[in-house]
Amino acid sequence: MANYTEENLAEELENQEYKFGFVTPIDSDTIPIGLSEDVIRLISNKKEEPLWLLEHRLHAYNVWKTMEEPNWAHVKYKKPDFQNIAYYSAPKQSKKYESWDDVDPEMKATMAKLGISMEEQQRLTGVAVDFVMDSVSVATSFKEKLGELGIIFCSFSEAVQNHPDLVRKYMGTVVPTSDNFYAALNNAVFTDGSFCYIPKGVRCPMELSTYFRINAGGTGQFERTLVVADEGSYVSYLEGCTAPQRDENQLHAAVVELIALDNAEIKYSTVQNWYPGDKNGLGGIFNFVTKRGICHTNSKISWTQVETGSAVTWKYPSCILKGDHSIGEFYSVAVTNNYQQADTGTKMIHLGKNTKSTIISKGISAGKSQNSYRGLVQIHKSAKNARNFSQCDSLLMSSECGAHTFPYIECKNSTAKIEHEATTSKIGEDQLFYCKQRGIGEEKAIGLIVNGYCKEVLNQLPMEFAVEAQKLLTISLEGSVG
Amino acid sequence: MITIKNLHASIDGKEILRGLNLTVNTGEVHAIMGPNGAGKSTLASVLAGRDAYEITAGEVIFEGTDLLSLSTEDRAREGLFLAFQYPVEIPGVSNVNFLRTAINEIRAYKGEESLSAKDFMSLVREKSALVELDSKLASRSVNEGFSGGEKKRNEIFQMAMLAPKLAILDETDSGLDIDALRIVANGVNQLKSPENAAIVITHYQRLLDYIVPDFVHVLYKGQIVKTGGKELALELEEKGYDWIKDAHPTV
Ligand SMILES: Nc1ncnc2c1ncn2[C@@H]1O[C@H](COP(=O)(O)OP(=O)(O)O)[C@@H](O)[C@H]1O
Ligand SMILES: [Mg+2]
Repeated sequence: MANYTEENLAEELENQEYKFGFVTPIDSDTIPIGLSEDVIRLISNKKEEPLWLLEHRLHAYNVWKTMEEPNWAHVKYKKPDFQNIAYYSAPKQSKKYESWDDVDPEMKATMAKLGISMEEQQRLTGVAVDFVMDSVSVATSFKEKLGELGIIFCSFSEAVQNHPDLVRKYMGTVVPTSDNFYAALNNAVFTDGSFCYIPKGVRCPMELSTYFRINAGGTGQFERTLVVADEGSYVSYLEGCTAPQRDENQLHAAVVELIALDNAEIKYSTVQNWYPGDKNGLGGIFNFVTKRGICHTNSKISWTQVETGSAVTWKYPSCILKGDHSIGEFYSVAVTNNYQQADTGTKMIHLGKNTKSTIISKGISAGKSQNSYRGLVQIHKSAKNARNFSQCDSLLMSSECGAHTFPYIECKNSTAKIEHEATTSKIGEDQLFYCKQRGIGEEKAIGLIVNGYCKEVLNQLPMEFAVEAQKLLTISLEGSVG
Repeated sequence: MITIKNLHASIDGKEILRGLNLTVNTGEVHAIMGPNGAGKSTLASVLAGRDAYEITAGEVIFEGTDLLSLSTEDRAREGLFLAFQYPVEIPGVSNVNFLRTAINEIRAYKGEESLSAKDFMSLVREKSALVELDSKLASRSVNEGFSGGEKKRNEIFQMAMLAPKLAILDETDSGLDIDALRIVANGVNQLKSPENAAIVITHYQRLLDYIVPDFVHVLYKGQIVKTGGKELALELEEKGYDWIKDAHPTV
């Protein structure tokens, strides 16, 4: 963040509203609403999928039908009507996308507005991007350059076509179909997402990123991400999301699986900025996401998330520390304002010996919002000398919001060392007064204080994302002290 | 510089300042002394613009403008600085980032361009030397984990960086050992000029051995009840506040 100054921040904060609320006027191929075996066959058919995948979907659908929507999370919302959602919507393309030149100009304009640059020669920082709009991946950059190293980075659909063995080998190994209601639904109807494979011993030379965008109304987005880091490899992966401003609630139910084989490392960062609904709680995305990674021997998975968007968030990026000496980390900032609700946290499942996990969670609640941290640290019998450190801090910006922590610890091995710290504080009138007395205006003062409060987490983000996250934090908390 | 007329202020319905009058001209240093609870910090807070206080009567003219109509940040931008009795910690925000934001906000208010990173850093070096502030403290989070003395020194460092017209020092001397006291006083003296002024609130006369005031005022029960030269401080040191209290039993 060295070159990014407060002045830059001020400039960019000028547009203080949710600035991604626009709709791209592009023709979509959207199937009729409703969910049935026929709809699933239709999706599978549109994607020209192999039979095994169709069977996987149908099986998931049957599992899902037997399940009930979970209600243990500390959130209240009107349950989605699953027969009132269109499960597939793809921006119409005159021809199949072969190169960047084939991409529709409207689509290019949309990406430009979202700040996504796909034109490789114009990019200053090396970040490879996969852009997913509604149900399909639109474009992926830097494919060839990555290909030279044997790195596969493409849309999930392409991976199914071109790397079916890898997909089949790993998909569903971390999050089983029956894991939970929304995961099962995702398995039945997922449409696209990103796939990434880093071969043995390769250190991915650039950040890989997927940008998820919901555009069409009346639809849901069900995406799937699978990242496999083979032995001794390293990858840093980024994920960003936005959606138009609408009065309806739209559903986003993703499944993300990470696999870190022996000695591998995966760093997965998310800046989640789905439309949060308006000041009165109308509209916004329901973000019900299952994210989980498995660590083999001596490997490491690090989740970093900055959650500022969505009307309702339900999300627990987790690590299964299967291999000895493996490490899991979770760094999270969750901001809720107005009527937003977030129930988020992590699960660290210690199976291997000498496994280590770190949880740093910073919740910031403003307006009339509800913000919960929910975490599970589970030390199995086999996990000799396991270590966990958890720190959960809550910052309250108003007297009408709620902050809750639900930390669960299950320990079956007496050699484990578990430390848990938690604090709740109200944004200090004293701190604000101190800043103002030095000539710093209120909005900027809040920005400074909140960014300071989240520093440990923001420091984990790659620079480009850290700047984005700083801005988002400040914007989401506009006028929120009360 | 500043004229305070018949200032009345209360908090939670309790009147603390009860008709306070004070005039400070440019180039002057005024000391305000008084027993605990007299309203010294309240005066400082009211002048700086803390919301919690209600101004029920009176006016304050600062450099020709109605100070009380300005927001807290605009008062600061107009050149009013308060060195806090209890400086606040802001975790995760580095001192330099904090000050750079402050300086540039003040400059923007005056229609001036932001200070370049280079000029800013050389200012930091110059001013931290003035108060013998360890350069490590400049890059640490604002006041976080600072000792009492370091916090006070940091206040003076910030004052030096912001170069205010009027500085109000609220018991900057309390909790300082004699060396720190000398350093702080030295910093204040070096910043003194014919264009600025200072109000030094203190409990003890020993600070006034180092910062020599032009006037000494006694604040008691929300009013200035006595004004004199620097010898008044010595008199107070000798006799305590009881003779003031006895002379003003009904204030
Ligand atoms: N929040 C508050 N509510 C009620 N009384 C207060 C509050 N803050 C300060 N006071 C009272 O105001 C009076 C003056 O306090 P203060 O200005 O801090 O005195 P000094 O700085 O001279 O020691 C004291 O009697 C104190 O108890
Ligand atoms: Mg005081």
